[in-house]
Amino acid sequence: MTSYNREQIRDIIFDALGAIAPEVEPALIAPDRPLREQIDIDSFDFLNFIIRLHETLGIDIPEKDYAELLTLNSAVEYLTRRCAAQQ
Amino acid sequence: MIANIISKSASSSGVAPNMSDYAQTYAGFSWETAAQSLMGLPDGRGINIAHEAVDRHAQGPRAQQLALRWLGRTGVTRDFSYRDLAEQTSRFANVLAGLGVQPGERVFVLAGRIPELYIAVLGALKQRCVVSPLFSAFGPEPIYTRLTLGGGSVLVTTASLYQKKIADLRARLPQLRHVLLVYGDADPVDIADTLDLAALMREASTTFVIGPTAADDPALLHFTSGTTGKPKGAVHVHGAVVAHDATGKLALDFHADDVFWCTADPGWVTGTSYGIISPLTNGVSSIVDEGDFDADRWYRILAEQKVSVWYTAPTAVRMMMKGGTELVHQHDFPRLRFIASVGEPLNPQAVCWGLDAFGLPIHDNWWQTETGGIMLANYVAMDIKPGSMGKPLPGIEAAIVKRCGEDAVEIITAPDVEGELALKRGWPSMFRGYLNEDERYRKCFAGEWYLSGDLAKCDADGYYWFIGRADDVIKSSGHLIGPFEVESALMEHPAVAEAGVIGKPDPVQLETVKAFVALKSGYVPSEVLRRELLGFARKRLGAAIAPKEIDFIENLPKTRSGKIMRRLLKARELGLPEGDTSTLESGA
Repeated sequence: MTSYNREQIRDIIFDALGAIAPEVEPALIAPDRPLREQIDIDSFDFLNFIIRLHETLGIDIPEKDYAELLTLNSAVEYLTRRCAAQQ
Repeated sequence: MIANIISKSASSSGVAPNMSDYAQTYAGFSWETAAQSLMGLPDGRGINIAHEAVDRHAQGPRAQQLALRWLGRTGVTRDFSYRDLAEQTSRFANVLAGLGVQPGERVFVLAGRIPELYIAVLGALKQRCVVSPLFSAFGPEPIYTRLTLGGGSVLVTTASLYQKKIADLRARLPQLRHVLLVYGDADPVDIADTLDLAALMREASTTFVIGPTAADDPALLHFTSGTTGKPKGAVHVHGAVVAHDATGKLALDFHADDVFWCTADPGWVTGTSYGIISPLTNGVSSIVDEGDFDADRWYRILAEQKVSVWYTAPTAVRMMMKGGTELVHQHDFPRLRFIASVGEPLNPQAVCWGLDAFGLPIHDNWWQTETGGIMLANYVAMDIKPGSMGKPLPGIEAAIVKRCGEDAVEIITAPDVEGELALKRGWPSMFRGYLNEDERYRKCFAGEWYLSGDLAKCDADGYYWFIGRADDVIKSSGHLIGPFEVESALMEHPAVAEAGVIGKPDPVQLETVKAFVALKSGYVPSEVLRRELLGFARKRLGAAIAPKEIDFIENLPKTRSGKIMRRLLKARELGLPEGDTSTLESGA
C-alpha cells in the first residue's frame, strides 16, 4: 500500500474530477463549500468520481461515508485517514 | 433467484387499497366519475390545477395540514400547510399580475428543489400563465433553446444560477421581460435587469381570485427530445388535473394520511405531475429534499419523515443496490408501505431488491412527457411480474401496434409479439400539441391512437414489457436525451468535423450518452483533446445532457444522403450485427 500525504491526495482528487468534469478549474474550488454546489456533476458523475478514487487509492469507500466527500477539505481529511489506516 | 411473480393479497400493506380489484375497477371506470373528486372553480368558472391542488384544501378541513415539508441541503426544514401554500402562491400570482404578466404568457422556472420553485409553479398557474420548468443542471445552451422556443417572458431562478448560466445569454433573449431572482440566505445585490422576488412577494397580497379557466387552457409546457431537430415543447392543459388526481389514487394508492416523497426533480415531468400536483390534489403531505442523491441521506429521510409512499427512479434504485442492504438495515421504516419507480424499465433484480431492503417490492410504471401522467403501472393489490411495467390504468386503453402507412396501424393481438406501444387518445392529461410544431404533433397519432415511440410487448395475462425505443432517442437516468442536441453542441468546437451520439447500455443509467467525433484535418486525437471536448460539451449542455464518453473516429457511418447512421455506431460499439447497411455510403 502506498502512503499519501494531503497534497498528493488533493492531486488525486483533482485528477479524478478532471477525468469526469474536465471543465472544472481546481483553483476556483472553495475547499470548505460542498463540491456539488460549485461544480456541475450529477449523481452518476459523483459515483464515477468515487470509483476512480477507489481505483487509484486502493481503499474501499462505503456508501455511508459518501457524506465525508462533500467538500474538498473533508474529502482530503477522510481519504488521508483511510489510506493511513490501511497501512 | 428472481421470482417470476410476486403475489399480492389485497390487505398485504395493512391499509385498504384504493383499488382492491384491478379488473373490476378498470371495467367500471370513467373519467367523468373521476372528475367528481375535484371541485372546479367557484361559480362554474372552470377548472384550474392550482385551485384543485391548493386553494380548495386551504378553504376546507385540510387548511392546517402539512402540504409540503422542505428539507434543505444543510439540515434546515421549512413546513408549509395548505393555507400557507395558498397564501404564498397567491402572493406570487399577484406579483405576476402586478408586473403586467397576462394569462397565457410563459413563465419558466429554473432552480434546484427550493420552496420558491413550488410556489412559483402553482402561483403562475393561478394567474393562468403557462409554466415551463427547466432542469437546474441544464447548461446555458439547453436553457437558451427552451426559453427561445417557448417564448418565455418571465424567468424565476436563483441569483447564482442566473449569474452562472443566464446573464451571458440575456442579450439573446429579447422576449424575456422579467427575471425574478431568489437570493436564499444571501443579501440581495444589484444585478442588472433582474428583480428581487422576495421583495416583490413581501409587498404582494395573500389573496388572489383565480380567473375563469377552461379545461382546455394550456397550463404546462414540458420540453422533451426527439431524434432530430430541436426539443419539442409538449403542451398540457388545466383539465389534465383529473388524471394527475386519479392516477395518484390508483397507481400510487394515495390515502389522506400519507407522507409522500417523489424524488424526481420538477425540471422533468415526473417532478411536476407527481412531485407537485398529484400529491397536493389528493391532500397528502409531500416531502421535498433539496439534496442530491446520497443513499444514507435517503434512508434517513424515509425513516425520520415516516414516508409511507415513495416514488423514485431506477437509476437511484440501482445506485442504492450497489451499496448492498447493510446500510438500509440500520434504519427502520415502519410507515413505508408502497414503493414505485418510473423513468426506464426496472430490472427484475431491482424489483426484488426492494423486498430484501425494505420488505416491499418496487412497483414499476410507465409514462412519458406527452402522456402527462402514469399510463401503465404495477398496483398495490395486483401481482407483480418483475421486469414488467404492469397494466394500463383504468381509463387508459393501450395496445401493441404495427404502423402501416401514413395514418394507419394494425393492432397486434397475439401475445408476446413486439410492436409499438400505443394509447387510445382522449385521456385528460394527453398533451395537446408541441408548441408551434403542428406537423410533429400530427405525426404522433395514427387515427385514434397515440404512438409512443417505445417498443413493447404484451403477454397473455395483459402485462406489458418494455423492449426499447423505436428511434435513436437516448434514455438515460430516466430522461430522454436527443442525440441531435448533443451533436450540435460538439460541432461548435473548432476541432470537430462531425459528431454522432448514441446511448450506450449501462447498468446504472440504462444508457449513457456516448459521442463519436471525427476531427477536422490538422487535429490529432489525444487524451488532452478528448478532455477538452468533454469539458466543452459539459459547459454548454450541463452534466445531465453532455456525453459521459467521447471516442475519436475517422469517419462516421452515413447514408448516401448524408444522414449519420447512429444505429450502426451503436451496433459497432456493442459488437452486434450491423443489420441492413444497403443505404450506407461506401467507405464508412
